[in-house]
Amino acid sequence: MNARPAPDSLPPAADAANPVPALEARGLRKRYGEQTVVDGVDMQVARGECWGLLGPNGAGKTTFLRMVLGRTPPTEGSLRVLGLPVPEASAATRARIGLVPQLDTLDPDFTVVENLRVYAGYFGIRAREAHALIADLLAFANLEAKADAPISTLSGGMKRRLSLARALVNTPDLLVLDEPTTGLDPQARQLLWQRLRMLKSRGMSLVLTTHYMEEAARLCDRVTVMDRGRFLDTDTPARLVARHVEPQVVEVHGIDALEWHGAGGADAADRVEVVGDTVLCYLRDERPILDALRDRPGLEYLHRPANLEDVFLRLTGRDLRDA
Amino acid sequence: MSTTPATSAPHVRSYPAGLGWVPVWRRNLLFWRKLAPASMLANLGEPILYLLALGYGLGALVGGVGGIPYQVFLASGFICSSAMMTATFEATYSAYTRMAAQHTWDAMISTPLGVGDVVRGEIAWATTKSLMSATGVMVVGAAIGAVRGWQALLAIPAAALTGLCFSAIALVVTTIARSYDSFLYYTTLVMTPMFLLSGVFFPLAQMPEAIQRLATVLPLTHAVALVRPLVIGGSVEAPLLHVAVLLGYAATASALAARLARRRMLV
Ligand SMILES: Nc1ncnc2c1ncn2[C@@H]1O[C@H](COP(=O)(O)OP(=O)(O)O)[C@@H](O)[C@H]1O
Ligand SMILES: [Mg+2]
Repeated sequence: MNARPAPDSLPPAADAANPVPALEARGLRKRYGEQTVVDGVDMQVARGECWGLLGPNGAGKTTFLRMVLGRTPPTEGSLRVLGLPVPEASAATRARIGLVPQLDTLDPDFTVVENLRVYAGYFGIRAREAHALIADLLAFANLEAKADAPISTLSGGMKRRLSLARALVNTPDLLVLDEPTTGLDPQARQLLWQRLRMLKSRGMSLVLTTHYMEEAARLCDRVTVMDRGRFLDTDTPARLVARHVEPQVVEVHGIDALEWHGAGGADAADRVEVVGDTVLCYLRDERPILDALRDRPGLEYLHRPANLEDVFLRLTGRDLRDA
Repeated sequence: MSTTPATSAPHVRSYPAGLGWVPVWRRNLLFWRKLAPASMLANLGEPILYLLALGYGLGALVGGVGGIPYQVFLASGFICSSAMMTATFEATYSAYTRMAAQHTWDAMISTPLGVGDVVRGEIAWATTKSLMSATGVMVVGAAIGAVRGWQALLAIPAAALTGLCFSAIALVVTTIARSYDSFLYYTTLVMTPMFLLSGVFFPLAQMPEAIQRLATVLPLTHAVALVRPLVIGGSVEAPLLHVAVLLGYAATASALAARLARRRMLV
């Protein structure tokens, strides 16, 4: 396992002191009737690592996580979580897992602090012991002012942070987050990311799903691109980009873009993809095309470095946002 | 929260085998406590209304049943039917809300608790509520002189057993319900006939033979046969049979509810 390279200088992904992987899946498959939703996937996640599962809606991300939690029996394959077989030992593994589910399952019958208290009770944590812990968690989630508020009065971002705080009541070894920031505004998302980085820096293993490439790129040591039940490739975000796409991208869009492409405008690119009315030119050297575009006032264009979104497009032929 | 360690927390303790239902039960108790005054009012207020209206109103027409004033006869039956109704309502509408609408069960089984723990906790809670309402009827019954003698205290565990039986049956219905409308079938086709044909309002002996035979398979019949003599003072005929029938229903329905809930939740 490799750490994500600088500039972020995160700690190494693999925890050498703890050789038992956080997660180990072999040939894991789930079928619903005729439909194969998770199609024989293999994965190993080290302790202390943050692993991201990046894929569009319906790729099978939630189903994979449900199997990890022992909530969905696999059709085939084997799964070990924190060293224990799942689903056989899933009650024992869940004692050491925190889950932030895709859809909030906060208890609307209780206030913020009561939610934490009741959830701690499900783990067998006594009220006395939970007291100090819950105060810490409220601070961590920035919800101290909302301690006695009913759930219905919380914003989307607050609910997510409470879901995160709740997932930490058992001080888990493995934190599982299913699309933790879907539907959040940029500030709320930044705050959540920052909290997740804090947890990671303390050595917690993180498994998260997302369909935001930016989220995967920022948080994860390693990312797996998933589509239609398959794990297409797994590596650090930087190496996925380096392996699958040219480093520079010039996006040309507008009504004339396709015509420009048809007339050979993008011939200087190493590779071209067309998504809707956007022409994506992948190149090692962007200068010739940028020079040429400056002489075409009718075209709008954007020059950016390649990212995971481009990797997804390359691997599946589809745009992650619309897939 | 710099104090939170990143390793396994020592305070997480697994419940001793078979006690995983306790935190589920306690969650429902904590919520109930918020509404306790209203809930207690209903537990006492409803039987007062029913016993006064039916007991005295109808009692004036029928006089007595087998030498007992009608309101005395009725109160002992109401102890059972109120245990049944409370258990049924809690384990259908309320439990369904937690299961399907609020995703409370989903949250619970993301922890070390299993589906079986959740099912047993819900049954235990609905039983607890039915015990509260049966006790409410008993208190009102005592106030109007319908409780005769200390042996009536034995009717409380009998009412709890009745609540257990109907909680478990109702939870079976909940685990296969597709919407709240599903419960209309259950209440109309099962609960209402049971309410009317189990000897709560009138002695079974005056019913047609066929109905009497049907009534012997209804759990409420056995609950009434157990509770009524205890409350009005008299000897219970075949107490073990009645207890066995109620326990049999409770055990079978609990096991079935757990199985169906697993099928529904672990897909
Ligand atoms: N219980 C189920 N029964 C049948 N199909 C299901 C079930 N759960 C999920 N699916 C299907 O499996 C596919 C993957 O779903 P999911 O794992 O939720 O994807 P993702 O989380 O990546 O959006 C979808 O096509 C979904 O309809
Ligand atoms: Mg999903």
